[in-house]
Amino acid sequence: MTIETQTGVGTAVCRLDQVRREAGVAALVDGEAVAVFRTYDDEVFALSNFDPFGKASVLARGIVGSRTVRTAAGEEEVPFVASPLLKQAFDLRTGVCLDDPAVAVPTWDVHVVDGIVVVGGRRETL
Amino acid sequence: MAPHLRKQLVVVGHGMVGHRFVQAAIERGLTETYDVVVLGEEPRPAYDRVALTSFFEVGAEALSFLPEGAYDDPRVTLRTGAVVTGIDREARQVALAGGEVVHYDELVLATGAAPFVPPVPGKDLDNVFVYRTIEDLEAIREASRGARAGAVIGGGLLGLEAANALHQLGVQTHVVEMAPRLMAVQVDDAGGAVLKRHIEELGLTVHTGVMTELIDGDDDGKVSGIKFKDEETMPLDIVIFSAGIRPRDALAREAGLEVAERGGVLVDEQCRSSDEHVWAIGECAAPGGRMYGLVAPGYTMAEVVVDTLLGGGAGAFTGADMSTKLKLLGVDVASFGDAFGTADDCLELVFADAVAGIYKKLVVTENADGGFELLGGILVGDASAYGVLRPMVGSGMALPENPEELILPAGRGGGVELGLPDEAQVCSCNDVTKAQIKAAVSDDATLNDGGPCTDAGCVTRCTKAGSTCGSCKTVVKKIVEDHFAATGKTVDKSLCEHFAMPRQELFEVVAVHGYNRFDDIIEGHGRGRGCDICKPTVASILASLLNHHVLDGSNATLQDTNDAYLANLQKNGTYSVVPRIPGGEITPDKLIVIGEVAREFGLYTKITGGQRIDLFGARMEDLPKIWKKLVDAGMESGHAYGKSLRTVKSCVGSTWCRYGVQDSVGLAIELEMRYRGLRSPHKLKGGVSGCARECAEARSKDFGIIATERGWNLYVCGNGGAIPAHAQLLAGDLDRETLIRYLDRFLMYYIRTADRLQRTSYWMDAIGGLDRIREVVVDDSLGLGAELEAAMARHVDSYFDEWKATLEDPEKLARFVSFVNAPDTPDPNITFREERGQVQAAANDGPVSLGSTIPVGGAR
Ligand code: SRM
Ligand SMILES: Cc1cc2nc3c(=O)[nH]c(=O)nc-3n(C[C@H](O)[C@H](O)[C@H](O)COP(=O)(O)OP(=O)(O)OC[C@H]3O[C@@H](n4cnc5c(N)ncnc54)[C@H](O)[C@@H]3O)c2cc1C
Ligand code: SF4
Ligand code: FES
Repeated sequence: MTIETQTGVGTAVCRLDQVRREAGVAALVDGEAVAVFRTYDDEVFALSNFDPFGKASVLARGIVGSRTVRTAAGEEEVPFVASPLLKQAFDLRTGVCLDDPAVAVPTWDVHVVDGIVVVGGRRETL
Repeated sequence: MAPHLRKQLVVVGHGMVGHRFVQAAIERGLTETYDVVVLGEEPRPAYDRVALTSFFEVGAEALSFLPEGAYDDPRVTLRTGAVVTGIDREARQVALAGGEVVHYDELVLATGAAPFVPPVPGKDLDNVFVYRTIEDLEAIREASRGARAGAVIGGGLLGLEAANALHQLGVQTHVVEMAPRLMAVQVDDAGGAVLKRHIEELGLTVHTGVMTELIDGDDDGKVSGIKFKDEETMPLDIVIFSAGIRPRDALAREAGLEVAERGGVLVDEQCRSSDEHVWAIGECAAPGGRMYGLVAPGYTMAEVVVDTLLGGGAGAFTGADMSTKLKLLGVDVASFGDAFGTADDCLELVFADAVAGIYKKLVVTENADGGFELLGGILVGDASAYGVLRPMVGSGMALPENPEELILPAGRGGGVELGLPDEAQVCSCNDVTKAQIKAAVSDDATLNDGGPCTDAGCVTRCTKAGSTCGSCKTVVKKIVEDHFAATGKTVDKSLCEHFAMPRQELFEVVAVHGYNRFDDIIEGHGRGRGCDICKPTVASILASLLNHHVLDGSNATLQDTNDAYLANLQKNGTYSVVPRIPGGEITPDKLIVIGEVAREFGLYTKITGGQRIDLFGARMEDLPKIWKKLVDAGMESGHAYGKSLRTVKSCVGSTWCRYGVQDSVGLAIELEMRYRGLRSPHKLKGGVSGCARECAEARSKDFGIIATERGWNLYVCGNGGAIPAHAQLLAGDLDRETLIRYLDRFLMYYIRTADRLQRTSYWMDAIGGLDRIREVVVDDSLGLGAELEAAMARHVDSYFDEWKATLEDPEKLARFVSFVNAPDTPDPNITFREERGQVQAAANDGPVSLGSTIPVGGAR
């Protein structure tokens, strides 16, 4: 199903309540496997489902939580998913691996419209 | 150095001291200038003779100091089964039994001692033994089969150890001592009386003040009885002599070397004999005319000789600490320092509690400042203070104002904390002082791969403190902990950044508050939103406490990879399915169903190392369909995915095997069914063997049971895996009911107190060893027994099959789809290849796209 939203056109993949808090689901978007996550405070994020370390399409099945990351600006509470295979952590917002910043997985725009999760375009950059 | 300039050093005897000598020679560089040839008479390399009795539990392999059979240093040659028959001092060579001769530049005698067998008529009969080597113990074990009664002649330290071992082998045992009390060398009359009561409580019969007149034999030349002076002959089948030892100094005598009056190669403070190229160390040596029947003085002698040969004049052997602690199961006896109060002007402080069977005596003396110093003591019935008291002897340290506090039970003012001085020798077996232990953990230490030791276990490995008799371990641990505390280096016990406590504490918190949701727990006691470490930990704790479905409500998102889908994730994103096959027993019908399921879903099948069948390569969306077929055929989840009970491995046992003495399959199935689904800190495995041949490898399991003629022996805390550990005997000859009661308690105690992902063997080390487990599980010292059993009963009563329950719950089933928006499209990322006629997982280099089969829009 293709729907119009304020921000453009995207793929409606499921109702928000089909994604449990602090968990993910895999969706097929434009022929590709995308992992859609919902955090504790109901934010949604979309990452490629493919784990570049384990080389398998599994990220949606990982544990979602938060990790404190120390940067020059101070401490930040980062929402992340741990790969179910070998537990590398990925920042849900950017797709960057928290254990190895040289590695990142692609991310997608995603919104909730009237209780429906809509995955938009794949982001060109981080 | 040119090879022809190298000298040859020959060591005769590869026992405890000979081995220590070679180790020190390698470590300290003596092998730079000497080729070392070790000639040992026994068929195997040196082993831990001090721990000889545990041979019955752990076997010969575990006792070995050199399991590989050779030293790493190529300049050392070890020859076992090589008996030296003579020394030619002129030619500087030794002769071997086969006639071969070996040249030496320096000769080190480390031939140990031999048990003394008094000239009692009948001493040469069959089934008369001594207690010194692994072969002796093997023969005793063999003879104990079918034997009813036996006697150990000699009620000293070793005699009691041998007697208890014989008793444990199921033989009714008599201890025969000529002196009026047991352990006459170490313990006084009052202590001996208390000790006798303890030994009798173990089920042994003690005869003191009796003379053995003769050992009677039957027509086959086997022992049939023993006769004491002025008494009738007592029928029995085994006699073990443990009436003292004599140094093995025959080689030296025959070679004309000086020997001490009461035996032993006479040596000086450098352990050099009357021939300047011959040295003697260990029990065969008599420095200053006196031989020492303990290992620690021997170790010191070994170090001294290495020192001297290296040219360093520092070392000298000037006497030794003869402190002892009895290693008897269930009886605490220790004697140290001047135990009999032989020094002038010494005072004795005695605490005796006849009811509790405790006798403690301290020998003290007044020092120049009017305070008291400890000279020695005897502890019977409760030797817990030994580790603290022994190093105080000779340390010059003043005792607290009321020295009796040291031996009063904790409730009556005892248990005071003591600061040992740095020079105090903490480990007497290996001569390690408090200062050396502190140095090992200090920041600038280099012992541990160039860095400081990280914990007490590491200190034991690096300094040897605690590696021999083990009695100093608690003190070593305390010193290490105190050091870390003092330097502000608290060992971080946080689970992860979200919970500043270890699993054990978290377990208590959850249990006490009755929590059943992660959100409440992290809000109340943690920070942030959790991670892949604390969430599965909380999930496991909740599952242990509540035994609910792990995929219930909000707890589903806490589960680790495998638990989340009740199957094991494979590298290509598929799952494996392992139905439970209790005890490894399966009907042909079920086997056929498993085969049919595998064929229908294209699964790779393999027999696992856990006596069951694994079906690999299942797509997530197929899992429910696979389970349904298995459940309909009467099977259930095998929890291969959970940190929970895996399998209870069985051998075929008495139902078919001609050696089996109990129904091991029946018990394995019963136990697997009892503990199935039990969530725990790490996985749990069990095993049951039908006889001592141990075909089920039960001793490599967290709990292992081995059938005996009289019931079951229960072993705990073993594992295979990366660092294998043999399970240890917790209790023997149990009936079924007692066995299950102990197991219930043991498992629940582990679940409550272990750390996350800590297998039982590590947990045992962390909580204070097998003795601690025995106190809690067998003696019920914490009074927790009933509570632990009740917790297990709740688990057993509330068990259900997770697969079946999932099939019955549409909400849980909803997650088992490939794509939330395309449930009928299989994930194109999953690929297989074929090998040996079955599928295998294949890897993809990057995500696979199906192409634009679903309409999309928006910027790309
Ligand atoms: C399938 C099997 C190998 C086989 O083909 O035979 C196997 C496979 C796995 N083992 Fe194992 N182990 C299997 C028997 C064993 C055994 C042998 C035994 O049980 O007799 C051992 C040594 C004994 C022991 O555990 O003490 C064993 C020691 C381990 C370890 C190391 C544990 C340790 O304490 O060092 C791990 C890692 C862990 O658990 O953290 C492990 C972990 C694993 C995992 C679960 C790794 C994972 O997380 O995915 C493997 C996946 C299983 C799957 O996908 O189904 N497996 N594993 C065996 C399944 C037995 C069963 O029927 O359930
Ligand atoms: C059951 C038991 C419990 C013990 N418990 C303790 C304890 O708790 N604490 C403690 O300090 N001590 C204890 N001991 C004593 C301790 O084991 C000895 O002090 C120690 O083994 C002495 O070491 P060693 O090398 O001198 O002699 P051994 O270990 O006996 O080694 C001597 C070796 O030399 C070999 N040998 C002898 N003659 C020849 C020859 N001609 N040619 C080749 N090889 C030869 C022998 O076969 C033997 O292998 C215990 C002993 C036993 C038997
Ligand atoms: S352990 Fe004993 S009973 Fe079991 S199969 Fe082996 S020999 Fe037979
Ligand atoms: S005192 Fe025996 S090992 Fe330390």
